[in-house]
Amino acid sequence: MTDTIEAAPPPRLDERVQRKSPLARLFARPEAGALAGAIIIYVFFFAIAPPFRNANSFSSVLYVSSTYGLMAAPVALLMIGGEFDLSAGVAVTSSALCCSLFSFEFTANMWVGVLVALVLSLFIGFINGWVVVKTGIPSFLVTLGTFFMLQGLNLALTQTITNGAASPSISDIQGFDSAQKVFSSSFTVGGVNIRTSIVYWIVITLIATWLLLRTRTGNWIFSVGGSAQSARAVGVPVGRMKILLFMGVGLLAWFTGMIILFQFNTIQSGQGVGNEFVYIIAAVVGGCLLTGGYGSAVGAGIGALIFGMVNQGIVYAGWDPDWFTFFVGALLLGAILLNTYIRRRAEANR
Amino acid sequence: MTSTLENDQKIANPLVRLTNAGKRYGTIIALSEISLEVSAGEVTCVLGDNGAGKSTLIKIIAGLHQPTEGTYEVEGEAVAFNSPREALERGIATVYQDLAVVPLMPVWRNFFLGNEVSKGGRMDIPFMRTKTKEEMLAMGIDLRDVEQPIGTLSGGERQCVAISRAVYFGAKVLILDEPTAALGVKQSGVVLKYIIQARERGLGVIFITHNPHHAYPVGDRFLLLNRGRSIGYYEKNQVTRDELTGLMAGGGELEALSHELENAGGAAADVAAALGEEVGELGLTHGTDRAPNVTNNSNPPSTTA
Repeated sequence: MTDTIEAAPPPRLDERVQRKSPLARLFARPEAGALAGAIIIYVFFFAIAPPFRNANSFSSVLYVSSTYGLMAAPVALLMIGGEFDLSAGVAVTSSALCCSLFSFEFTANMWVGVLVALVLSLFIGFINGWVVVKTGIPSFLVTLGTFFMLQGLNLALTQTITNGAASPSISDIQGFDSAQKVFSSSFTVGGVNIRTSIVYWIVITLIATWLLLRTRTGNWIFSVGGSAQSARAVGVPVGRMKILLFMGVGLLAWFTGMIILFQFNTIQSGQGVGNEFVYIIAAVVGGCLLTGGYGSAVGAGIGALIFGMVNQGIVYAGWDPDWFTFFVGALLLGAILLNTYIRRRAEANR
Repeated sequence: MTSTLENDQKIANPLVRLTNAGKRYGTIIALSEISLEVSAGEVTCVLGDNGAGKSTLIKIIAGLHQPTEGTYEVEGEAVAFNSPREALERGIATVYQDLAVVPLMPVWRNFFLGNEVSKGGRMDIPFMRTKTKEEMLAMGIDLRDVEQPIGTLSGGERQCVAISRAVYFGAKVLILDEPTAALGVKQSGVVLKYIIQARERGLGVIFITHNPHHAYPVGDRFLLLNRGRSIGYYEKNQVTRDELTGLMAGGGELEALSHELENAGGAAADVAAALGEEVGELGLTHGTDRAPNVTNNSNPPSTTA
């Protein structure tokens, strides 16, 4: 903190500023609450669920977390930018279905389907953003609309094309193996099987964090969510930023869709409903304000990890999985209370 | 009209000049026939009560709106700004009443918002932090911590961040929207000091206020607005502080009110007498013509440069 002040006069410490301990500084960060929660939940399941201690089963905890975490990062950026995307959950399924059905029906190379799905996902993000920016209608409503539209399209088109509720198996289409290698493979480190999506999750979270804290784009994301009017007044292209944020969600929806598709090589058309809330919960647990302008991508990653730990931990502990949603709701409430408390303290301490 | 305009060209090219500008929103006339100019090293004050059209005027100059009538010139060149960014590029910076700051963001992020300094694709954060601290110090504000959210600063401090930000980024014309409205006496004095400082540095300042006591000491020209119209445009040597105050209070309206109360008789007549006295004290002549040298629009004063 003080090292940035040039050493003109002897670098004095401002007497009005108490030196904060590293711990206090850590707790002033938006993701502090999530980190504390993650540690508590880890210790909890470590103590009561023996399989949780096994490295391979923890790797599958991380895998589950990654499928949510890959989406939680762009959703967190979008929320910091002041908007919601309720269509994010089904958009993942739309992308996977599009890729699968396009390649299957037109017997094209797998990669053509992958690219078509990418275009579709970016287009969905663009439409969401464009309608929100042009009409000024709250994104909650706009994306609620696209959520239902996509859900209907997923079911209806899959039914029309395949006469079923799932996409056909695509494992013998040309290019499947290379695509699977890229999107959904695994490697072994010290006897522990690690899926590549875990690596992607960490990389995406780091990129999002870097973008948010170290680049001009990040500054603009905070500003459009914190006060769109002020941002516009100093020349930030608010509309363009918001559309790009929605397209970022689209991009990762495509990526997540590919990961799921190439792991199972078929996909259920009704899949993904409800996941949009998981992404939002992960972002909120990670310190994002619902009103925008504040939050963290690392926090959203930790939020996704908490979600994955509870999801798998309940199974490992031998409990009835029906309890899962109860815990998720309780976690969300607890996280919000904790975050509010921590933020108040952090602001008071300044 | 053209002859007076030509006459006026002797100030080579004012930084900003509006000629008979007006703005309609549908059928509502928000502003009409406004002329104003500001040159380097000058302060033009825009005075008016609530709803006088000050905000619309700022929005036109700042590039948020385009005038529906009249012309807008920057350094002698007719312009039609589509966004505040375009106005900024021409050196016209606006410090809004809400200051255009994002309360949750740190001071340094606010200071450089929209003008981030990048080095090889990423922001040069140490530089921006240091510069913010320095620039604020130059304004006489010793920030505790440039990382603190700007929402935690006092109103005067925030005002200074906004002003020093505009000056730092090479504004040629500074539009200040009621910078003293929410401030105490002492902090208002500080802000007035910055206005003079900006003028000394050769900036043109458009200072919007409803307080003639703030406008008079720093202003070189005064444009008075009422209900979207100009009710006077003066140079400093053409008007006294009291006349300005009188015009602001709506001299004509005060007098009409005084007559009305007089006719009502009784206690109201006493009030009427007091009001009449006040109108006299403020240097307003009886009758309809309001004050000396009411120069409307097309012939702005040109005695001094």
